[in-house]
Amino acid sequence: MKRIIELQNISKAFDGETVLDNISLEIYDGEFITLLGPSGCGKTTTLRLIGGFETADEGNVYFKGKRINDVPAHKRHVNTVFQKYALFPHLNVFENIAFSLRLQKVEKKEIISRVKEILEMVSLKGFEHKNVTLLSGGQQQRVAIARALISHPKVLLLDEPLGALDLKLRKDMQNELKNIQKQTGITFIYVTHDQEEALSMSDRVVVMSDGRIQQIGTPTDIYNEPVNAFVADFIGESNIVDGVMPEDQKVRFAGHTFECVDSGFAPGEAVDVVVRPEDVDVVSPEKGHLKGTVTAVTFKGVHYEIIVDIGGFKWMIQSTDYAAEGDHIGLFIEPEAIHIMKKSEYSGLYGDYSSFSDELEELSDADSVEED
Amino acid sequence: MIKKNLLRSAAAAPHIVWSVLFIVFPLLFVAYFAFTDGAGAFTLENITSLGEHTQTFVLSIALSIIATFICFLIGYPLAYIITTAPESHQKFYMLLLMLPMWTNLLIRTYSMMAIMDDGGLINNILAALDWGQIHLIGTKGAVVFGMVYDFLPYMVLPIYTVMSKIDRRLLEAARDLGCSPVQVLLKVIVPLSMSGVISGITMVFVPSISTFYISQKLGGGTFELLGDTIERQFQNEATYNVGAAIALVMMVLILISLAVMNRFGDDDEGGVVL
Ligand SMILES: Nc1ncnc2c1ncn2[C@@H]1O[C@H](COP(=O)(O)OP(=O)(O)O)[C@@H](O)[C@H]1O
Ligand SMILES: [Mg+2]
Repeated sequence: MKRIIELQNISKAFDGETVLDNISLEIYDGEFITLLGPSGCGKTTTLRLIGGFETADEGNVYFKGKRINDVPAHKRHVNTVFQKYALFPHLNVFENIAFSLRLQKVEKKEIISRVKEILEMVSLKGFEHKNVTLLSGGQQQRVAIARALISHPKVLLLDEPLGALDLKLRKDMQNELKNIQKQTGITFIYVTHDQEEALSMSDRVVVMSDGRIQQIGTPTDIYNEPVNAFVADFIGESNIVDGVMPEDQKVRFAGHTFECVDSGFAPGEAVDVVVRPEDVDVVSPEKGHLKGTVTAVTFKGVHYEIIVDIGGFKWMIQSTDYAAEGDHIGLFIEPEAIHIMKKSEYSGLYGDYSSFSDELEELSDADSVEED
Repeated sequence: MIKKNLLRSAAAAPHIVWSVLFIVFPLLFVAYFAFTDGAGAFTLENITSLGEHTQTFVLSIALSIIATFICFLIGYPLAYIITTAPESHQKFYMLLLMLPMWTNLLIRTYSMMAIMDDGGLINNILAALDWGQIHLIGTKGAVVFGMVYDFLPYMVLPIYTVMSKIDRRLLEAARDLGCSPVQVLLKVIVPLSMSGVISGITMVFVPSISTFYISQKLGGGTFELLGDTIERQFQNEATYNVGAAIALVMMVLILISLAVMNRFGDDDEGGVVL
């Protein structure tokens, strides 16, 4: 695959506060790549560095192998869909979209036909002469996308483009954006703090936290093989417990030694163990690897969400079998369901459901993650 | 619907009272005097006699247009430069700009006299440098200079207000789509600051055309502007009515130009409302 953009050891500080800490990232031609991370982790700043609106304190930005640190924004073949659209209020829909073509002195006839074509692509046929300030949020979003796409940029930067839309519209637009990306073959660099959106749209996901890249990989890799407790917790639901690897393919946690598929750790090395809630089977106490007491049950439609107290540590289990509060149950965990991670600065910060409540869950709901 | 309208008119009541007391009544008085003679009888003579002041009208309008234009040429870039400064500095720059406005206009005009006089600061410096003398006071240039100096803040303020409210992301979007810095100015900032320009032009043009002390002091009495003429008419009881007629015509002219200007800027947002 051809590299189109490369960030090399980028660091950036605002007022002495480090915002990006030695970021390196390769972006391939034609891919849909998403920067994912909590608010304030440096996603927008990374995007602005690529767009030419910020300069790196250290490190280099390359475009098709050429260093572009000092190339101003208007000379980069990169267009942006801004977080709050930033449509020109003094221009109508047509003129907003035609803005870059007019700058390039494209012939009038061609402008008209290209605007018409792209309006159809974003389902805004016949909106040419509408006032942009009177459009709905979703419509403004489409105009912003059309405006950024019409000059056929090599790369499109999208900064939480769907953040202001309601859930239903957001889902529709996710599909549309994905289709547009496939149709045009333009490289999309997408920013979101919504892990579900990232997993369902992207070819690759870059998980960021505290100005550093935690993990880069396909959605499946990121979900199945998180590198540390932060990623495991941020992507979907995870039980993260302390464990020890006595030998390869064996791990001891919660008072039991399990078979697992991971190897390559030092004998006796302390590790973080991830078990996804949907990978745990609820069985009778005598058949389980672990035994515990149910402390809460929530019906979620497809499954029950069961919180189980095992030796003081609260596990979350997703099961289609019902268990009542106060029940003693056993948990059965297959070797493939266990994922081992090296200890990191994030160890012990995440993955315990003691203080779990439905309200807190709202933002990180991963129930409908589509795998494969 | 009716209830709502009632409420709205109740809320507007103080404004209406104020307008009637201080705007409508005085206007009616001016109109009354313009169309009556000394004895109070109706006449058109005051209006028809204005022909002899044609020259003053033309000169006043010409000088005011020139002063307004110069104010725009200086004020627009100035406002733009201030908006590009760090936000914390902007207030300070605006304060510097407004500072002279807190000094009485008359005092400012007098000090300009002191600077431009034949024996004033400028000529003293020229003399010290042995570069000869220039005669400033009494020229039209001095009057225009006075207008520009006195009224420049009225140009900068509304333009700055509108410009500083332009969403910075629009400027980034323009750059993103391929605008050089100059194109950003021409294609985004200028159209979005038109309402401020129109307010600024009005706020400079109106006081310029009606000023009398600037022309008296800096014009040195060598020529007369509309303001002076009106003042002179009102100082003499016999020509009271002619003064009112000139004032009325001037006002109508200003209103017409305001109406024309406002047509250019009907989509104004946040411009200073006059
Ligand atoms: N222009 C700026 N000046 C000062 N601090 C900034 C600036 N831009 C961003 N920051 C800070 O940098 C950090 C990362 O910001 P940002 O890249 O916008 O994060 P994200 O998009 O991931 O939410 C935040 O703490 C933010 O306050
Ligand atoms: Mg952001």
